[in-house]
Amino acid sequence: MIRKLKKWVAPALLLAAAGAQAETSSTTLETVLSKGYLSCGVNTGLPGFATPDEKGQWSGMDVDVCRGVAAAVLGDAGKVKYIPLTAKERFTALQSGEIDMLSRNTTWTLTRDASLGLNFAGVSYYDGQGFLVKKELGVTSAKQLDGAAVCIQSGTTTELNLADYFRSNGMKYQPVVFDTSDGTAKGFDSGRCDVLTSDQSQLYALRLRLSKPDQAVVLPEIISKEPLGPLVRQGDDQWFNIVKWSLFAMINAEELGLTSANIDKSKSSTDPSVRRFLGIEGPKGKGMGLKDNWAYQVVKQVGNYGEIFERNIGESSPLKIERGLNAQWSQGGILYAPPFR
Amino acid sequence: MEQKMIPAREPPVNSRGILGWARENLFASPSQSLVTLALLYGLYLFIPPFWQWAVMDASWTGSSRSDCTTEGACWAFVTARLDQFIYGFYPDSEIWRVNLFFAQLAVVLGWLMIPRIPGKKMALVIGLLVLPVTSWLILTGSLLGLPPVETHQWGGLMVTLVLALYGMLASLPVGVLLALGRRSSMPVVRTFCTAYIELWRGVPLITVLFMASVMLPLFVPEEIVFDKLVRAMIGIVMFQSAYMAEVVRGGLQAIPRGQVEACQSLGMGYWQSMLLVVLPQAIRLVIPGIVNTFIALFKDTSLVLVIGLFDLLSIVQAGLNDPQWLGSAVEGYLFAGFVFWLFCFGMSQYSQRLEKH
Amino acid sequence: MWVRLWRDPVWRAVFFQVLLILGVVAVVAWVINNTLTNLEHRGISTGFDFLSQSAGFGIIQTLVEYDESQSFGRTFLVGLLNTLLVSFLGVIFATILGFLIGVARLSSNWLLARLASTYIEIFRNIPLLLQIFFWYFAVLGVLPSPRQSINFFDAIFLNVRGISLPWPILDSGMEIVVWAGIASLVLAMGVAGLCRNYRRTKGRPLPHIKVIIASVIIGLPLLTAWLTNAHLQWEMPVLRGFNFSGGLVILPELAALWFALSIYTAAFIAEVVRSGIESVSKGQKEAAAALGLKPRRVLSLVVIPQAMRVIIPPLTNQYLNLIKNSSLATAIGYPDLVSVFAGTTLNQTGQAVEVIAMTMAVYLTISLTVSVLMNLYNRWVSLVER
Repeated sequence: MIRKLKKWVAPALLLAAAGAQAETSSTTLETVLSKGYLSCGVNTGLPGFATPDEKGQWSGMDVDVCRGVAAAVLGDAGKVKYIPLTAKERFTALQSGEIDMLSRNTTWTLTRDASLGLNFAGVSYYDGQGFLVKKELGVTSAKQLDGAAVCIQSGTTTELNLADYFRSNGMKYQPVVFDTSDGTAKGFDSGRCDVLTSDQSQLYALRLRLSKPDQAVVLPEIISKEPLGPLVRQGDDQWFNIVKWSLFAMINAEELGLTSANIDKSKSSTDPSVRRFLGIEGPKGKGMGLKDNWAYQVVKQVGNYGEIFERNIGESSPLKIERGLNAQWSQGGILYAPPFR
Repeated sequence: MEQKMIPAREPPVNSRGILGWARENLFASPSQSLVTLALLYGLYLFIPPFWQWAVMDASWTGSSRSDCTTEGACWAFVTARLDQFIYGFYPDSEIWRVNLFFAQLAVVLGWLMIPRIPGKKMALVIGLLVLPVTSWLILTGSLLGLPPVETHQWGGLMVTLVLALYGMLASLPVGVLLALGRRSSMPVVRTFCTAYIELWRGVPLITVLFMASVMLPLFVPEEIVFDKLVRAMIGIVMFQSAYMAEVVRGGLQAIPRGQVEACQSLGMGYWQSMLLVVLPQAIRLVIPGIVNTFIALFKDTSLVLVIGLFDLLSIVQAGLNDPQWLGSAVEGYLFAGFVFWLFCFGMSQYSQRLEKH
Repeated sequence: MWVRLWRDPVWRAVFFQVLLILGVVAVVAWVINNTLTNLEHRGISTGFDFLSQSAGFGIIQTLVEYDESQSFGRTFLVGLLNTLLVSFLGVIFATILGFLIGVARLSSNWLLARLASTYIEIFRNIPLLLQIFFWYFAVLGVLPSPRQSINFFDAIFLNVRGISLPWPILDSGMEIVVWAGIASLVLAMGVAGLCRNYRRTKGRPLPHIKVIIASVIIGLPLLTAWLTNAHLQWEMPVLRGFNFSGGLVILPELAALWFALSIYTAAFIAEVVRSGIESVSKGQKEAAAALGLKPRRVLSLVVIPQAMRVIIPPLTNQYLNLIKNSSLATAIGYPDLVSVFAGTTLNQTGQAVEVIAMTMAVYLTISLTVSVLMNLYNRWVSLVER
């Protein structure tokens, strides 16, 4: 019977295997190089951070981090396969090897660093949790929200912060949970809840999704620290370094004044830090298994941190978020990348 | 004495024609009349305004909600996004491949379902073995040299059909094996098959899908990576085969014991007698049941929404979040509901016709 | 020798079964081994320790006391109770609706029968999830905000946050009245039993029996209330701050799920009821009518009792389906077991294997218990058959 059973089952298995890709147990860098593209987990749709347009082209802050890594590793920022993930799926997708890195507005916390088998490769955006309310309520501070119904995305740190905040202020609330951030916006718009809470950057993005965006305001309070950044699997230090330094390259480039427009000219620069950045002298790329001009590729194809910020979420985008904490350390922010040396 | 039969007299006027029919079926007694009048009034309250809203006052084209200026339904939401609802995010230049898939499906199904066309066995072999392979190759583009289209670009009606089709085709053989196992004389085989069937029939599909999407990657060595659609399919097949097994078992029970004994006396082995004699009869008996489980499966594919796949329902749902189309929920759900209804109602009519034959 | 053994069906059966056991054990061992390696490799913790850790998130509807500081184990209980609540409500409403429509489907009134079959064909051929969305987003989601609530007699308020109803306050005085009510029900059942006995022995019903039973059920609690001087007090919903507080609030998530589950399942129950009634032979109805029973009494005294034997097994199946389908709650955020435990708790702890196994075990236990009860019932029914 077993033999017969095998006869029946074998075609079914073959069929399943057609959709399964066998991967050899090599390092992530080798896998990416041999595939010829980077698999990057992103949000299913969050304006300014990761959204597909009508033709399926992705753009946003998180997407540009993926593109930066692809530029550094493959020399082509376009060679990225974007895997849209919900908040629930994101960690398993990375753990299971479905994606090479996760760049999906994910908050860096102790638990996630220590017990998920993942590593945060840096901070791409310093965020904090805030509240969005309708103007007509006349609320000016989060302290006046006692008894409110709060729309929230389930399975996020936001959910825990919210509970902490209301409890420590002796207030009550009704949590109305949704699976997606779109869902929370819809719930807020329909009046199912009084308050929408999320990372502040998301609040600005979600406000654009309301039927009357100008009728809602973001409250001044920030109730948590939300450093967002890309993640990789633990146990592959080389890949960890690549993702970490691709991000640092963008930040350093802004500090050095290198942009996608002027980086070609700066090849003749005599500034030693610029020359080290471009891989003309100094540590170069060998230590990470990359080409020497990897940092040049990142800036040339994707841009420096300032450019990315500006085009996706800054003043020239519909979101119009201020640099704030995300300015360079020399400009009053806390962006501070280690030097290329 | 009268030699001829007296011709029957005409029935009284009020038991003839429409009036007579209405008297008998609508106004048989005072209480019946009251019920009829109440129902007619209810229909009067509901149908004309609905017709006015859905057809007379409706707007049919436009690129955002604000283009719908009339009072009625805003079908522009559906017409503007129809391509997305059918093909998902499949690249525009490759859409002919999806159409080819639809055409294949229609040809094979038509062949199987219309009684007059000969060669049903041929059709069955093609449907069970050739169709799934060619469809997969066409849609993914692997081996054929076509530009590859990743499964995460699939969506809409196409994903609904793909899931239902593969779920059905794979669960049929597995279900037959399980049904045979559950009726086997070998206690271990019987226990194992019974346990399998009862396990999957006892849990909701949602938990099975969660399991397939979250736990399946943990069950296999790290080198094997299934994509999300394949994982959902595996979950659906595990679940569906248990239901299929129970349907097939019903058919097996209806085949008299004498059939198997006759086979044995002819010297046929277990598999010969099952494959050549019992199963063909049993499966023919339960075709309506199989169609009914297929209807259930077709409706259940909408649950893949919770694991983030874009089937017809979830792509409509996603479209409703577009700020340009806020407030189009009724139109969106009516459209999706109508499409699902069309498929399910059609199939259930087909199965009822089979049952009558 | 081996060939002979192979030809012996008994030995062959043993051989196959051993092979199957080995195969299953091998696959299970392979899966467990893979899982453990994967979990270890990815640094995911295992075990059920998380159940006693503090959950830290809020839940909108809790039937038992719960706050953020309680454990993940408690969230399991909260979710389970919410699942049972919506299943219970759904079963009751679906049964009533299903029976009405099933009977209407066979009505001699053409229009009524047609409308009933239209209902069945529409609702059973549309995915349940879509129906849930329709109720939640398209119907309940467009209701006005709390401040513009639809107001019935200043007592019932309907808005986008749900339905607020007055709810009786059970203070010490009222408790006695409630107990008296329960006692009166028990008493009434006793009286009903007595008069059934009377009718069986004397061949005629006890006079005024309905009046006696009704006066027991209504009179006893009223008498107690008068004696103890208790007043029934109602807690009224009041708009305070952002929302209505006080009274009973039916959340829109619960209402949408409840309606959709009941309406969907009722379509199937109606078909079950119809085939049950059709299974009662026509002669039975004609005989009952010949005895002079009115159509309604024919239905309630002759047809339904016999049909029940056919109806109950598939009806139980529909109830089980309803309970399993209540897991779709997760799509609209009603805090049931799947949404709270297999959703939020899974996300916060990351322990997928344990959480999903526990969730599946709950549904499996419910299903298996019900099917065991069903088998007992079937045996019982076949015993009384003459």
